[in-house]
Amino acid sequence: MSTEPTERAAQAPAEAVPAVTPRTAGAKAPAEIVSPGRTVTLDGLKAFYGSSEAVRGISLTYAANEVTAMIGPSGCGKSTVVRCINRMHEEIPGAHAEGSVLLDDADVYAADVDVVAVRRQIGMVFQKPNPFPTMSIFDNVAAGLRLSGRRGDVKDRVEQSLRGAGLWEEVKDRLSQPGIGLSGGQQQRLCIARTIAVEPEVIIMDEPASALDPISTLKIEELVEQLKTRYTIIIVTHNMQQAARVADKTAFMLSGELVEFAETEKIFTNPDDSRTEDYVTGKFG
Amino acid sequence: MIAPVAARRRRTDQVMRAVLLGGTLVALVPLVFVVYYLFKQGIGAISWDFFTTDPTGRFLGPPGGVKSAIVGTIMIVGLAALIAIPLGIGVALYLVEYGKQNVFSNVVRYFVDVMTGVPSIVFGLFIYIVLVLTGIGGNFAGWKGSIALALLMLPVVTRSAEVVLGLVPNSLREAALALGAPRWKVVFRIVLPTALPGLITGSMLAVARGAGETAPLLFTAFAVNATTWNLGEQMNSLPIQIFNDVRQPQANIVERAWGSALTLVAMILILTLIARLIQRRSRFA
Amino acid sequence: MATGTVASGDRIASRSPLSRLPDRLLRWVLTGLAAAILLLIAFFFIRLATESEPVFSKYGVIDFVFSDEWVPSQELYGALPLLVGTIITSVIALAIGVPVAVASALYITELAPQRLKQPLTILVELLAAVPSVVYGLWGVFVLIPKLRPAEQWFSDTFAFLPFVGGDVAGPNSFIAGLILAIMILPIVSAISREVMATVPVEQKEAALALGATRWEMIRMAVLPYSRAGISGAAMLGLGRAIGETIAATLVIGNAAVIGDSIFSQGYTLAAVIANEFGEAASDPTHRAALIAAGLVLFVLTLIVNALARYFVLRSERATARRVPKGMAG
Repeated sequence: MSTEPTERAAQAPAEAVPAVTPRTAGAKAPAEIVSPGRTVTLDGLKAFYGSSEAVRGISLTYAANEVTAMIGPSGCGKSTVVRCINRMHEEIPGAHAEGSVLLDDADVYAADVDVVAVRRQIGMVFQKPNPFPTMSIFDNVAAGLRLSGRRGDVKDRVEQSLRGAGLWEEVKDRLSQPGIGLSGGQQQRLCIARTIAVEPEVIIMDEPASALDPISTLKIEELVEQLKTRYTIIIVTHNMQQAARVADKTAFMLSGELVEFAETEKIFTNPDDSRTEDYVTGKFG
Repeated sequence: MIAPVAARRRRTDQVMRAVLLGGTLVALVPLVFVVYYLFKQGIGAISWDFFTTDPTGRFLGPPGGVKSAIVGTIMIVGLAALIAIPLGIGVALYLVEYGKQNVFSNVVRYFVDVMTGVPSIVFGLFIYIVLVLTGIGGNFAGWKGSIALALLMLPVVTRSAEVVLGLVPNSLREAALALGAPRWKVVFRIVLPTALPGLITGSMLAVARGAGETAPLLFTAFAVNATTWNLGEQMNSLPIQIFNDVRQPQANIVERAWGSALTLVAMILILTLIARLIQRRSRFA
Repeated sequence: MATGTVASGDRIASRSPLSRLPDRLLRWVLTGLAAAILLLIAFFFIRLATESEPVFSKYGVIDFVFSDEWVPSQELYGALPLLVGTIITSVIALAIGVPVAVASALYITELAPQRLKQPLTILVELLAAVPSVVYGLWGVFVLIPKLRPAEQWFSDTFAFLPFVGGDVAGPNSFIAGLILAIMILPIVSAISREVMATVPVEQKEAALALGATRWEMIRMAVLPYSRAGISGAAMLGLGRAIGETIAATLVIGNAAVIGDSIFSQGYTLAAVIANEFGEAASDPTHRAALIAAGLVLFVLTLIVNALARYFVLRSERATARRVPKGMAG
């Protein structure tokens, strides 16, 4: 089990080119990577709910076109960390963050940065599928474009995004039906389609498969594998097998602190820290 | 064998059950009687002429119908709804979207409660002082009655809208925000459409409540016999028509009061019924 | 990567200040609306106070409220009979309306068969859909004549009770109170039902598991738990009863005297305003006196509603405290 992720990670760039349609001026894109994702760097990130400190100063770098998993017991602050990256954390009343989050080398917390613009570049998929209940399947995918005020060829983009999320074949004949009529797994892929329709550069997934059945989970994981050729992907999961299957690198958090961050294989086979060892071997959870 | 409950306890139980049932029946007695008398006394007054002629104002001879009162009620209540619904929902939006926890919004909530408790006649007095005594736009006028009614409806709209808007799942707001939607689009494209059926129901119930109010109209819209479609003039209305007719000695005028009452109650019930139907159809989640 | 960095930096800031404008605008407009509510109530209070100032400065606040002669033709404005009438009718309304409302709420939430709950709720709420003036009409032409013999019998039989006895007037305080009772019934019942619905199932089941009968369960688990909420509901009902105008005006007789029985004619603060407004339009003092009556009414309902809020909040807080416990256990 532990060797699998590295094998996949090695294969991914090679098989990515034929698998995915280029989205922008394909000629300029590097051969093995369809589109460069961005590097995300956390520098001394702290997050608070009121006065309680949920994240206690974390620094790490999410590499472009890689999948990075955040693992740790519930309440360790892993979701809070990723919600700080696209500044969703501050939407919770009384919550705020300190430190900096760099998208390449632009600080998303800089004073002149518009939070709305940040979120257009850093997309997010939530734990529970949350399609808009008043909208059809088509409109749900188009919603991201419309909500962020972009005009242009919505129809093509919707198809492209649904294909990108592996949902097109299942829904192409019923695009005008309500999005909430789909199964849970389909709804989650719809939400992924909605997210990639906006063309972000980074995608955050907050336990995207925890509410889904095993088959849907597998589909989501395969999708993650494909998506990383175009995006930087950060995935929060409480499921260690999932981290091992999809992630190139894994960060282990405990009580708001980063315990260890390394190649996924190393984390699961030969971690430096004894707490990591205890956690991945299931001594606590 | 199971030992029976002590006879005295069982008897108390039965007596109290009967008392509670009795209380419920007593509560319904007035409803039955009011409806019975409305039909018994009112149906005789209802005729084509009743709806198509104005009150004659004569003490002898035929008293005429209530066309002007029906037109007046629709015009005055319609304008009141146009004022109260957007403002009421606006205040509720502030409370739900921007002011969940701060002191200011708690004060606003308290004052909305205060407004709910203010007697309707006091609103009438207030508008009389502010708009009639000062002679703005003439003396008594239909639109002044509308404003008095709007003040009555506003807190009712706000309170019901606050509940309904609060029911919109936060995950939908987060999904839209994470797509890079600015706050105002989240409000107009996601929150309001999702809450729409509930908002309509709450607003219609508030309007139904306002439509039966007499006291605020007494010193704002006043009453005239002739039909007018101009809200800038004095206007008749069903409640005022009833109030004035009750106090007349002639049997045919009293009959007109019953007929007007039946009409008014029917209008309110239809509004209430439609509101409830919309509510029932809206249970999507 | 270097070019990418620059581009990304540009794009983060790329939303122009203009595109942030609608966000700010919406926020300001909505905040303004909310603030307008506060200003409105303040303005409201100030205008009522300034307009009634002439009568307060002429008679003094205490004299206006507590002298007992209201004779506009002699420029006598003592609001005590109105205040007493308001209190008497409201007390009667509470005495009749609250027990019936609570009984119906208990029956609907705890005893009624499942399929009757919804229809019964709707029927009780329909009482609120009947306008005040229609209750007044019904009171004048049905209640007053039909109840008069019964009232006279009661008055004669129970003459030894305080405030009972003597001849029954056609329109009187009792009839007004009765109609107000009907009018406050739906709101008291609705809020009581809401409060009773928050009683944790665990507590009710605990009582039943101890071998309690249904009524004992209600007495042990439901009533103690919802007492504060029911008090709040009664207070809200009181607020409604105090301010209710048209129905009372039509059936109370409109005599500004403090009668010696609940079956005498009376007057209420709200009724006097509705009734005398026409004639007062040309007499500034009379008008000021009526506005002053409105102010007294306003203050009275403010106090009562504040009490109601206090009770309801207390019961909500009690729920908030107990619910997690119930869920944990």
